[in-house]
Amino acid sequence: MYVADSRGTPAPAEPQAAAPGTPPATAGGTHSPGRRAALAPTVLALGTVSLITDVSSEMVTAVLPLYLVAGLGLSPLGFGLLDGLYNGVSALVRLTGGHLGDRLGRHKALAGIGYGLSALCKPLLLLAHTLPAIGAVLALDRTGKGLRTAPRDALISLAAAPAERGRAFGVHRAMDTAGALIGPVLAFLILRGAADGYDAVFTVSACVAALGVLVLVLFVPGRRTTPATAAPVSLRGALGLLRVRDLRRTGLCALLLGLCTVSDAFVFLLLQRAAGIADRWFALLPLGTAAAFFLLALPLGRLADRAGRRTVFLGGHLALLAVYALLLTGAQHPVLPYAVLLLHGGFYAATDGVLMAEAAGAVPEEHRGGGLALVQTGQALARFAASLGFGAAWTLWGARPALAVAAVLLAAALAGCLWLRPAAAPQA
Amino acid sequence: MTLQRRILILFTAVLLLAGVGVSAVVRASSRAAEKDQARAGGPRVTPGEVSLAPGGGSRMVFRNMAWGPHRDELATVPADAPGGPRTASGVSCLRFHAAAGTGICLRADKGGVQESYRAVVLDAALKEVSTHPLAGIPTRARVSPGGRLAAWTVFVGGDSYAGTDFSTRTSLLDLRTGKLDASLEDFTVLKDGKEYRNADVNFWGVTFTADEKAFYATLATGGTTHLVRGDLAARTVTTLRENLECPSLSPDGTRLVFKKRVPGLPAEAPWRLYALDLASMRETPLAEERSVDDQVVWRDDRTLVYSLPGDFGADLYTLPADGSGAPVRLADSALAPAFLG
Repeated sequence: MYVADSRGTPAPAEPQAAAPGTPPATAGGTHSPGRRAALAPTVLALGTVSLITDVSSEMVTAVLPLYLVAGLGLSPLGFGLLDGLYNGVSALVRLTGGHLGDRLGRHKALAGIGYGLSALCKPLLLLAHTLPAIGAVLALDRTGKGLRTAPRDALISLAAAPAERGRAFGVHRAMDTAGALIGPVLAFLILRGAADGYDAVFTVSACVAALGVLVLVLFVPGRRTTPATAAPVSLRGALGLLRVRDLRRTGLCALLLGLCTVSDAFVFLLLQRAAGIADRWFALLPLGTAAAFFLLALPLGRLADRAGRRTVFLGGHLALLAVYALLLTGAQHPVLPYAVLLLHGGFYAATDGVLMAEAAGAVPEEHRGGGLALVQTGQALARFAASLGFGAAWTLWGARPALAVAAVLLAAALAGCLWLRPAAAPQA
Repeated sequence: MTLQRRILILFTAVLLLAGVGVSAVVRASSRAAEKDQARAGGPRVTPGEVSLAPGGGSRMVFRNMAWGPHRDELATVPADAPGGPRTASGVSCLRFHAAAGTGICLRADKGGVQESYRAVVLDAALKEVSTHPLAGIPTRARVSPGGRLAAWTVFVGGDSYAGTDFSTRTSLLDLRTGKLDASLEDFTVLKDGKEYRNADVNFWGVTFTADEKAFYATLATGGTTHLVRGDLAARTVTTLRENLECPSLSPDGTRLVFKKRVPGLPAEAPWRLYALDLASMRETPLAEERSVDDQVVWRDDRTLVYSLPGDFGADLYTLPADGSGAPVRLADSALAPAFLG
């Protein structure tokens, strides 16, 4: 395993973790017009890994319902229980991944294990023919996903210059989403060429996943993050992150706003009702959000570097509030679906990577993985609670009142987050 | 490791993995082609005319799953020789049901990036009367005894990562007025005498009464399934009983046969068939010891027909409706039968 130099001095511009033989990119914190620092090769390599892995996993996701019903003749209705049950486990796994990466100083190894686990699941799908077995394989797949997320984001944040973090995360998220858009197309092309060829889809998906792991091993430098002299990273130190004021504020904001985020499934359902979208187009709605996310991730990441990450993060939730408002007006305008999907994708582009870029600035390097995992997990659990709450509100009052309440809460949370602004000016 | 060496390793791996992937696709497509060749020992299938018109002899019309050029087409056999040679129609369906000269056919549309499905209403000559796009994968279809109403159920997959949140959507179609109820979830649910609302409500497996004013179906909510009776005029469904799925009403309207989850059975095969007498509300277990995942069809007031997974597609079995006897195999590689004549 390749080990890069550990950092000597805490310079504002971090040295690039470039492989020998590639010229180190200049990491400039200031922009002179017409000249931008090159993107760290590590970010591009991780983006490539994510793109390839997402092609692989979305191939499976796209054909899984069809495979269960048509291929295996199962009734998949009992599956929903797995989701709820697994959310808690997934949170623990994510925190573990982030913290272990810090503790061992090996984010790359942890990310590699996570990607490896998920890759291993693809051939396992060829062997699982019962609902419980398939459920177990999917749980393992998600364990891999949970394990790798924080170390991967830590690697991105460590590879990019602080002033360029928004852009780095933007590039990564755009590549990641591109994979999600390619996966289903590839899967259905295979099914078109080979009727009932689910095993071929899983085999190709396994090959693609293996390639992703290989790109990670070969092209992502495994720098040790902690200088050898530093005190070892302890769990107590990781818990001490909760005392870092800026991180606490960022996390609290993500948590508050997460509690008011209506889950995608509900947004698409409400959109279908509001705009009277035909059933045949329903399955394409998530692709609309993903396409907007893909297009906007990089521009909004750059904007976050310039205009302040908090501003863009809050602006993203403003876009979500606009989604709620549009759905509440229920205007049968032909533009409504496009506007909603564009804003919804914009919401993800302005919040997903941008939150990580913002949080990275508040966490010392030796705790980077654990700190990012803490923020991600808080947000994920809040969103899960929100979807349970929204489902209950829908039951009690019906769809529109529930959405109106969500909109009011989101507006209040946004106001609260504005009030929570850090005392120091945001670093530009 | 130098950059050149890493690129060399990557290049080699890409070639290897591409080889594995391509060979998997080629193998799958040649296997698919094999299914278009008739299998020795399989039922003999010849193209011909298939009619849903009343009269014309007692016969079974069904989805033919035997390998060969007519796989997945609607086919017919005389009711007294179900295992004999088949006549295939050239019309493909995944799910099918028919009554009184009207058929409902749920089919896949090839084309586009995603799989898409349609429900097609067929007249007695199997010509398309109307067509309706579906939101998901077809699982159940029924035509009312007088041929006035049709219902179908599809699975709608979730869009979350690993797509495990499924729901069902059941639609009703009045063939005389053309009025389509896209989802039974628009009906008012009366549970324990009170109006009931929940976002997790799912319906599936409609069966119509002979007077075509009402139906029975499964309602799932809060992890439990219920038998409901639906009133088409009042647009209500009323819960009657728990743990009951895919009801099928006898021609005389006195009994329902359904599948029920029996505690202690393995999670992947949880169902057993039961009959329910609607007057006394007494259940009788039927003499089938395997797990049946199908909506049973009544051949007459005493005899049931249903499918179980077989070696080459599904096979049809028949069983007395009173709990006596034992299952008898009726036809290989066949699914979704309708008894006409």
